[in-house]
Amino acid sequence: MAQPNAVLNNPETAVLTREQDLIARVQRGEHELFYELVRPYERRVYAAALAILRNESDAEDVAQEAMLKALANLRQFRAEARFSTWLIQITVNEALMRRRRERTAMTEAIDAGRDDEGEYTPRDFADWREIPSEALERKEVRQKLAQALASLDRKYREVFVLRDMEQLNIQETAEALGISVASVKTRLLRARLMLRDLLAGGWEHGWFSRLPFEKGSKPW
Amino acid sequence: MVNEGNVVNCEVVWREISNYLEGEVDPGLRAAMDGHFHTCAHCRSVLEGTRNVIQLYGDERMIEVPSGFGRRLERRLARGAQLRSRAWSTWSAWLLPVAALLLIAGGVRVASSHTMPRPVLSELAQPGHGIPADLPVIVTADARVFHVAGCGVIHNKQTERTLTAKEAIEQGYAPCTRCLRKYLETAARAGSTLQWEAETYSAEEEAYENAKAR
Repeated sequence: MAQPNAVLNNPETAVLTREQDLIARVQRGEHELFYELVRPYERRVYAAALAILRNESDAEDVAQEAMLKALANLRQFRAEARFSTWLIQITVNEALMRRRRERTAMTEAIDAGRDDEGEYTPRDFADWREIPSEALERKEVRQKLAQALASLDRKYREVFVLRDMEQLNIQETAEALGISVASVKTRLLRARLMLRDLLAGGWEHGWFSRLPFEKGSKPW
Repeated sequence: MVNEGNVVNCEVVWREISNYLEGEVDPGLRAAMDGHFHTCAHCRSVLEGTRNVIQLYGDERMIEVPSGFGRRLERRLARGAQLRSRAWSTWSAWLLPVAALLLIAGGVRVASSHTMPRPVLSELAQPGHGIPADLPVIVTADARVFHVAGCGVIHNKQTERTLTAKEAIEQGYAPCTRCLRKYLETAARAGSTLQWEAETYSAEEEAYENAKAR
């Protein structure tokens, strides 16, 4: 089978070239183009702030502050890093500083620094097979998923959001949160298993089963 | 290290399942875990459920922003940009003559060291859906999603078959939002998401104007 031409057939290259062009122009002083540069990432920036602050208003404010800080420091951005990762890391820093400053995490701070050392035993549910992506079209499903995520302790929620929603790698997640790679892996494992237990349990109680799948094509 | 052919118990599987999905276990342990999944329904259920979690939360649609978020951000950035532009123009009034002097002295090469080499792109090389048509992909019997080889969220591996992305799309399969994410993000940024966002933005603007009128 002929391999596709990696450069010619890869639209990602076109987007990256466009992004590099925008970065260079903003760095040269065309600051009004900055929103165009960050617009593809605005949702991810907000989600990263929300994962840490758990308050929509604070998260929006921090997202805006982080973007302004990115604009002010864009000349320091180096092209060997991904722009989106750099932006998320600035946001995480801003959110962590906000939380420290406002001490809103008093109730969660007690267990924030250490990982649970005991083994986690996943609950036994009936087989939960693949969820089709159409399920996410339902607001009800998205709300259930958001509630499950919000119910996690913040140390698990932060790692899960950065790795599995923001798609930072393990190392980047560790650097953004100022914790070790081993801690990221431990927390990620537990976050994934806890979410699986929360959601598979929800399915057993029927809220997934009300989804409008095609007749005869129930996917699990 | 677990040698191929060894068996692992459920506790080991639960401890390593996240690394297994990340593709970060050695081949011996992977083989042992694969063997365990064939025989242990509970661990198989944990594996499938954990994959579902990763796939569902990895979807862009899981990130919802408050109504009007983009508009407010744009306004605040515009104010920030104005302030920076004023500061920039003050700086540049000094910077440009200095740069000109340096250039005349022949001591500095401007611009070339600050830009990345940009590959030449053909205008004809923009596929409609962002995924190379000839890309070998994997589908399985009980899922409607196609993956690239090695993706951590492939279900029911014993029924795997390989075909091209074009064939998979023609047969009604959708791309995995995890292993094909870069193509989806690219395609979305290049068109579909922007179009969707433009429509959402228009609707938000309309709601905002209506509220203001009331």
